[in-house]
Amino acid sequence: MNATVNDSVRQPWAQFCGGNWERCIDVRDFIQKNYTPYDGDDRFLASATPRTARLWERISALIAEERVKGVLDVSSDIGASILAHKPGYIDQDLELIVGLQTDAPLKRAIVPNGGLRMVEAGLQAYGFTLDESVRQAYQRYRKDHNQGVFDVYSPDILACRKSGIITGLPDAYGRGRIVGDYRRVALYGTDFLIADKRREKAELDDVVFSEEVLRTREELSEQIRALDELRQMAAAYGFDIARPATTAREAVQWTYFGYLAAIKEQNGAAMSIGRISTFLDIYIERDLREGTLDESSAQELIDDLVIKLRIVRFLRTPEYDMLFSGDPAWVTEAIGGMGEDGRTLVSKSSFRFLHSLYNLGPAPEPNLTVLWSSAMPRGFKDFCARVSNETSSIQYESDDLMRRQWGDDYAIACCVSAMRIGKQMQFFGARCNLAKTILYAINGGVDEKSGVTIAHGFEPVTSEYLDYDEVIEKFDRMMEWLASIYIKALNAIHFMHDKYHYERIEMALHDRDIYRTMACGIAGLSVAADSLAAIKYARVRVIRNEQGIATDFDIEGAYPAYGNNDDRADRIAVWLVETFMEKIRKHKTYRNSVPTQSVLTITSNVVYGKKTGNTPDGRRAGEPFAPGANAMNGRDTKGFIASGASVAKLPYHAALDGISWTATCTPDALGHTLSDRVNNLSNCIDVFCNANGFHVNVNVLSRDTLLDAMEHPEKYPQLTLRVSGYAVNFIKLTREQQLDVINRTFHLHF
Amino acid sequence: MSQQTPIRHPVYIAPACIDEQGRLSGFVHSFEMGSAVDGPGMRFVLFVSGCPLRCLYCHNPDTIKMHNGTLMTVDHVIGEMAEYASFLRFAGGITISGGEPLMQAHFIREIFYLAKHDLHLHTALDTQGFLAAQLEDEWFDDVDLVLLDIKHIDADKYQALTGHELQPTLDFARRLSDAGKAMWIRYVLVPGYTDAVEDVEKLAEFIATLNGVERVEVLPFHKLGEHKWEELGFKYQLKEVQPPGAELTARVVGQFRARGLYTC
Repeated sequence: MNATVNDSVRQPWAQFCGGNWERCIDVRDFIQKNYTPYDGDDRFLASATPRTARLWERISALIAEERVKGVLDVSSDIGASILAHKPGYIDQDLELIVGLQTDAPLKRAIVPNGGLRMVEAGLQAYGFTLDESVRQAYQRYRKDHNQGVFDVYSPDILACRKSGIITGLPDAYGRGRIVGDYRRVALYGTDFLIADKRREKAELDDVVFSEEVLRTREELSEQIRALDELRQMAAAYGFDIARPATTAREAVQWTYFGYLAAIKEQNGAAMSIGRISTFLDIYIERDLREGTLDESSAQELIDDLVIKLRIVRFLRTPEYDMLFSGDPAWVTEAIGGMGEDGRTLVSKSSFRFLHSLYNLGPAPEPNLTVLWSSAMPRGFKDFCARVSNETSSIQYESDDLMRRQWGDDYAIACCVSAMRIGKQMQFFGARCNLAKTILYAINGGVDEKSGVTIAHGFEPVTSEYLDYDEVIEKFDRMMEWLASIYIKALNAIHFMHDKYHYERIEMALHDRDIYRTMACGIAGLSVAADSLAAIKYARVRVIRNEQGIATDFDIEGAYPAYGNNDDRADRIAVWLVETFMEKIRKHKTYRNSVPTQSVLTITSNVVYGKKTGNTPDGRRAGEPFAPGANAMNGRDTKGFIASGASVAKLPYHAALDGISWTATCTPDALGHTLSDRVNNLSNCIDVFCNANGFHVNVNVLSRDTLLDAMEHPEKYPQLTLRVSGYAVNFIKLTREQQLDVINRTFHLHF
Repeated sequence: MSQQTPIRHPVYIAPACIDEQGRLSGFVHSFEMGSAVDGPGMRFVLFVSGCPLRCLYCHNPDTIKMHNGTLMTVDHVIGEMAEYASFLRFAGGITISGGEPLMQAHFIREIFYLAKHDLHLHTALDTQGFLAAQLEDEWFDDVDLVLLDIKHIDADKYQALTGHELQPTLDFARRLSDAGKAMWIRYVLVPGYTDAVEDVEKLAEFIATLNGVERVEVLPFHKLGEHKWEELGFKYQLKEVQPPGAELTARVVGQFRARGLYTC
């Protein structure tokens, strides 16, 4: 290409090894031809510079203020877009990497395209009011996503939503989970990207204008427009990103601009940044070789970027916070892994990203996700294990499982959903409640809490003792019913989201022809598995109220619980995952997306528990579910190795959107010395992944610390811990959720 | 220091226990998969029941009486270990602890043999060595590492603390040293009982003369076992004792390190 480069600047691609990436958009090819694998240890790392420390101090003060107020400030007068706000800074003289979502740090934007209702509720909750002209625009001239969805929802969908058998649907705000290939901005610049989008569109000039073609053409036009807005946004900050990045600092800045445009315009539940560390490392290595950068300034660039990623904010409602607590944005960065050619994708910058947890202290964002393979260099594995031991801020996902499925250039959307970068997107589908589905099966579709019939045409179980075969037969049919309503809802949501809240800039950083998945999910897996195990291996007597609704269960005898590496219970959990997946697969999905599912709850396990009555496993009404694929609290009595072995049995092929496990242990449970703990943790993750375990959040914490943090939050501003699929500031959780975390199995050893 | 009546009668290794089907069996308190503090790496720990000592600070008093355990066959125990063998080969091994494992020497020897030769696992024995004199050297062939608990270095204080003699334990340490067996020495630090500077000094001096000591573990006394004493209807004599502070622990660790011993 003819890069329009200022003569005083070197050619952006100078010294890079050429390849297919020069002719067409192929970031993977660029990485493979140019990156430097690193198999050493962490000794090269540099600590925070005084500049970094000062900048972090500045923003920490604002974060503390925000914590008190809930929301620091809102830009309630302008609907968000790439160009809506003029440039903003934390401290322009101190910042190496610039760009904020609005014109001031931690000031949140409103995103009415997702849903005006949610905007108004969010503003009201924190004492702000919506600008009248914005309200009028959306009431008179412009329809939003939320309104579109409710225009088409059917009564059965509304009933399921209300009863809580389906919860967390992205029908009132951005669906998120789309990962733009932000690296493209740095590698190519917007001119090249726009030219390529024009080419893609031109290919559709002489074909039949079907609905599908017309939609694609309109989307491509929107993408081109968004790329030009991205260029203008960067220009307002004083950068010409029409051309490719020429230095490491520019590469970081350009990549961040791409991401910034996305988070200015979209408020999706999860806004991952992708897999940028080893990509950026190529630029850093080049500058280090040339002597224009040293280790300390390289680390500064990463630390500065990380500071920006820590202050991504969206305006949410209190109801949203109940589901996903702690103000998360899921700025997920996937780190490490192996290449298809057997070389590790770990670079020095993989270390630098993790090292920010020391330079800036622990934090929940960005959501640092290590793509674990036992083949990765020992030095990196040990460093990760040390960081986990000391910060509890990392999650691990099996690169060996995902690489087989998705190749070696995928990122993680949200918590556990692998996605080939720039080539794949998902329609986020939240999750439905399998534990409640068992109760519906027993009660013939009548909701155990409201007494209202939600599923019509089903017969309840009438016997005093539950018969396993009868329950399974009825439960199977109930899952069939649930899957059909669930997919109807998801089709409605994503049709409307594409129409009213299309992710212009994120999709501009994708290929035109992409692989789409319909990412369904299940909650309450362990409650459902244990309930069925109780019915099968113990005797469960039904206690009914005066309307004949089963409201409680009496368990006679003991039953094997999921989470103890006991096949009797674990096989039931496997059966549940596989069976529900089969039910979902039967349905026609929007845009021919490929159905997948996750076993992930985030913190919604608390809300799901609230909405579910007594269950046949002995769980009391209202009691939280276990998060994700975890065993129920206190029932995994054989330690975390056995617990992990149970989780590892859940088949990835039937849950391609990810299976989440959170393991919390005390430091002593991992060994007497830090080096023992590092070694043991590293080995445990290896073994878990080798057993086909998919994901593990690792917390190394003592119960006393958490109890003290509940009483004295001011002492623990940065105490971070991993919850199903993400990390949170412990002190930002609701008291209820804090207790849930504390009550969850701590694997102790005396 | 409170006095206990010394146990006068000698303690012997229990005879081999054979169940009705003629299978070698033993009394098991429990097992735990995934311990990281009972030998190198992650361990499958078999806690057998029965112990001749009556240590004042015992945190597993429920393992003292052998017959309080569950009777289990060797095959059953090996079956439980086999579940995790591929993990353990890679990440650690097995440890037999108690109680005092040597009280059931016949039972655990067979377990060590099978763990070593059938499952190919690293094996560790957690013992205070009191009964070892009754065992031939070959008995230890399938034990890769001995976690030797030396409760005190002063014979009188040892007697007061455990109700038994110290000398057999020291003899066993010497014997392991002469045989070149790998050892970790474990020392429970109890304020007012085992923290005297001169005692620690004497112990460190003794350990420094041994071959094969890979590390010394100073285990801060804790009261997590207190409730078990009460449940068992025993009087817990260390009610007033508090766990050692970080400073005291550091001082004691420092004393061992000063002798060139790897201590944690």
